[in-house]
Amino acid sequence: MGSATFADDFRRPGMLHATILRSPFASARIDGINAEQARALAGVMLVLTADDLPGGGPAIPMRLFSQPGMEEYLQRPLARAKVRYVGEPVAVVVAESRYVAEDAAELIEVDYEPFEPILDPLVALDAGAPRVHEHTDSNVAGAIVISNGDLDDAFDRAALVVEERISCQRHAAVPLETRGLAAEHDPATGELTVWGTAKLPHVNRRILAQLLNWPAERLRLVELAVGGGFGARGEVYPEDYLVPYCAIALGRAITWSEDRGEHLQATNHSREQVHDVALALSEDGTFLGLRDSFVNNTGAYVRTHGMVVPGMSAALLPGPYVWGAYHCEARQVVTNKTPGGTYRAPGRYEVNLVRERIIDIAARKLGIDPIEIRRRNLIQPEQIPYASGAHTDGNPVIYECGDFPLLLEKACERFGYEDAVRWRREAVKREQRRGIGVSYFVEKAGIGDYEYARVELARGGRVVVHSGAASVGQGVDTVLAQICADALGVLYEDVEVRHGDTRATPDGMGAFGSRATMLGGAAVSQAAACLRERILELAGRELEADAADVELDGDRLAVRGAEERSLSLAELTERAAAAEAQAGSNEPGLSEEAWFQCRDMSFPYGVQLAAVEVDEETGSIDVVRYLVAYDIGRAVNPMLVHAQLVGGAAQGFGGALLEELSYDGDGNLVSSSFMEYLMPTATDVPDVDILVTEDAPTPLNRLGAKGAGEGGAAAVGATLANAVSDALGVEVTRLPLSPSHVAELVRQSTATQ
Amino acid sequence: MKPPRFEYDDPTTTEEALDLLAQHGEDAKVLAGGQSLVPLLNFRMARPDRLVDINGIEELSYIRHDNGTLRLGAMTRQAAVESSDTARQLCPLLVDALHWVGHAQIRNRGTVGGSVAHADPAAELPVVFSALGASFHVRSKTGPRTLSPEDFFQTHRTTSLEPSELLTEIEVPVLPAATRTAFVEFARRQGDFALGGAATVVSVDESGACRDVRIALLGAAPTPIRASDAEDAIRGRRLDEDAAREARVLTEAAITPTGDIHGSGDYRRGLIATMVYRSLLQAASNRGEAA
Repeated sequence: MGSATFADDFRRPGMLHATILRSPFASARIDGINAEQARALAGVMLVLTADDLPGGGPAIPMRLFSQPGMEEYLQRPLARAKVRYVGEPVAVVVAESRYVAEDAAELIEVDYEPFEPILDPLVALDAGAPRVHEHTDSNVAGAIVISNGDLDDAFDRAALVVEERISCQRHAAVPLETRGLAAEHDPATGELTVWGTAKLPHVNRRILAQLLNWPAERLRLVELAVGGGFGARGEVYPEDYLVPYCAIALGRAITWSEDRGEHLQATNHSREQVHDVALALSEDGTFLGLRDSFVNNTGAYVRTHGMVVPGMSAALLPGPYVWGAYHCEARQVVTNKTPGGTYRAPGRYEVNLVRERIIDIAARKLGIDPIEIRRRNLIQPEQIPYASGAHTDGNPVIYECGDFPLLLEKACERFGYEDAVRWRREAVKREQRRGIGVSYFVEKAGIGDYEYARVELARGGRVVVHSGAASVGQGVDTVLAQICADALGVLYEDVEVRHGDTRATPDGMGAFGSRATMLGGAAVSQAAACLRERILELAGRELEADAADVELDGDRLAVRGAEERSLSLAELTERAAAAEAQAGSNEPGLSEEAWFQCRDMSFPYGVQLAAVEVDEETGSIDVVRYLVAYDIGRAVNPMLVHAQLVGGAAQGFGGALLEELSYDGDGNLVSSSFMEYLMPTATDVPDVDILVTEDAPTPLNRLGAKGAGEGGAAAVGATLANAVSDALGVEVTRLPLSPSHVAELVRQSTATQ
Repeated sequence: MKPPRFEYDDPTTTEEALDLLAQHGEDAKVLAGGQSLVPLLNFRMARPDRLVDINGIEELSYIRHDNGTLRLGAMTRQAAVESSDTARQLCPLLVDALHWVGHAQIRNRGTVGGSVAHADPAAELPVVFSALGASFHVRSKTGPRTLSPEDFFQTHRTTSLEPSELLTEIEVPVLPAATRTAFVEFARRQGDFALGGAATVVSVDESGACRDVRIALLGAAPTPIRASDAEDAIRGRRLDEDAAREARVLTEAAITPTGDIHGSGDYRRGLIATMVYRSLLQAASNRGEAA
């Protein structure tokens, strides 16, 4: 405890400190920068503006889901000629201490000519709206249309059509550890090392090498301990270019750590979407068609995630239901706010709210119980595998496994839905109102094509796993060690897992999109299985028995039925080495590697249920009971799965009740510290009951495992919005459910009664 | 998140501190527990040339029962008051309210005097001291002064302390035995600055009628204010549901709190009135005799 080295703990001899000067304006032209005073301050080593970078600094590319023309909206490390959001980097200062660097940053004079910012994504769509990127002809950076079935016919035939504008507020991952990195160029070896990169070491190495115009083989990225990722941490940001660039320029080690105020305005925001949704139903509640048009406010620039967030929204809005027709138009809109990216269950937290709300609105109008209307419309087990008709980045969405009705029944039973309905009707204190909310959702897991693993039986008998997956604090070391121990037949305690150093592991993707167990685990399992065969074969030779007759139990190999003929793994490695040396082998050591390929995503699914009490007088919400039910296919480590789901739910509660990145009319981020941006703490998160089922293992990997990372978060906004709507008898159409928002709903509710 | 350069003094006696303030007062800030000042420094929102750190002045840290009053040294840590038997016996309202001040870690460092001198209208202690009719003892090289809460709190985070003056003691009158008190507040999370609150002190005579009534409001105005209309309406009456309801209506009509991103002014007006209502009912049920 307390010994982990996080980015800000990492030190090198003579290390310098960087700080970033950020724009105080949401939209302004830069007419000039005078950094002379800053450069002259004692202790200042370097001050750089965009003009000092080669070509003004390279555009940071998309690594996923790009569309033609989107490169026009990319961010460069430092603002050139124009700033487009409050917090945009304008200059970097390197000094002997962070104190001096911050003093110097204050001395840089920037001549700004401010403009009226565009903050509302719907205003940004107006034909007459100024362009956030003046060289483009639109504030729409990308668009997706998904259409199947006869929508007009569905709406013509409908007994009921419900329409609503439903929006999700801008909030963000906000990991407890802010971003940070250190870089050093060793002139003796020519190697540039960057410490503190999380999530995607190998991918980021490739991108960084390209940006810095530096040979990838002389660029080493090292992970360090990571205090939370959640999608936001570990992407390539301006600072990921600037710090190594300055390290090369100065030939000194440099560290930079983001403070919380910077983090809130510099690291990817997420979740800001406005949907116009319409649902057509028959009289018995059968879903005939779903129509949605939405904007995703991605802020000032398109960052590494390209179209991922709106793409995932459009792909998974259909959820676990059968729709006669589905039509969705998604637009990625730029405005003068902090750029956006993914956050745990990206695009799904938002659309689960939209879909599950509009279903409840319809159910109330039709007088059908919320569970019953869902039950009537679920995709049935015999329809699996089920092509939903949606797609993402060109890949069709195919629910490869699942029994949706079964999980709904199990969730209701675990939650005690019938009892909860009775509880809701009980007499309560005058100011209290009770409500129950449910939501059903389909998640996605496993993305990014492949993962690498090498499993080695080292001299002395220890097993070492080298994985291309990464740690974001999710327990990947534990899971990979378990999978390896299982596949190899050795003890968990004897397996050591290494990852997150591009010099030690030749290849890899990383940790994102609930993939580390699915892809990383499958690669380890595959490599370990191959290694097991080699070990048994070798042991058979040494013990003069058939390989099929050798058993591996813990660290001992023995011949079945003749246990006295045995040797330990350690002895095996010694004998193998000797034998190899004698044979003049060119491949010493016992080691196997594997690349596990999987282009298809998996689609785990879940149900969330809540019982709430709303205090009419204060607008506060007491979550009395909460259930997350989730089908994981196969839980490699049930404790970690449980923790993933609870942790995800905690973040979901934040988004539903507390967290909002608010801007004033000038485009200043008002929620710029933890006094304004409220995260749920341990005392704010209710007990979360977790039901993990293994009814539908995925056929996509040999483990049957589906990802667990995002299902906890994905539908908390939806579930609590439904529960509060039920309590008050008015329809919640936006988040968060802050006390003053709820007080407003109470007023509406009183007015309509 | 690093403060700009400043000079630093750490006196160990009150006299030494007063000398420094006499010399540098205009350019100096007094550093007590630092729970507000240090973040302001790190955000570069406060930029004093000099800090006079009074953490080393042991004579300013005490909790004393003295002749019908409770005396608190300005440097007394909030946690020390919270766990003090003397404070709990003589002034339960103060201890009740302290549970709402930030978190335990903040109260371990935060001081009674620091919270008063910082004068945040959303802070608990200034409101409680207003309800209790405390006296603030202030010293400088030119002599001592004693100020009432009404005279001390000028506006949002502004007091009538002169730059050369140091708040040294808070004197709280010990309430008669038949007094009931209650502190209620509502915050978005436990430990956050409250969106509204009320501290209520009510003495009840043998017939069950309210005699002295003091209700101080948290977050209603740029300083702690009293709900005078509500107080007047309750005086002489039994403290029951009807009285509490009337106090709520009168409070709602009397205040105009400002809004921020955590809640609009309208919302806060209703909320603070609800806090008055709830604090009266809670005071009535405290010690069980009333209503």
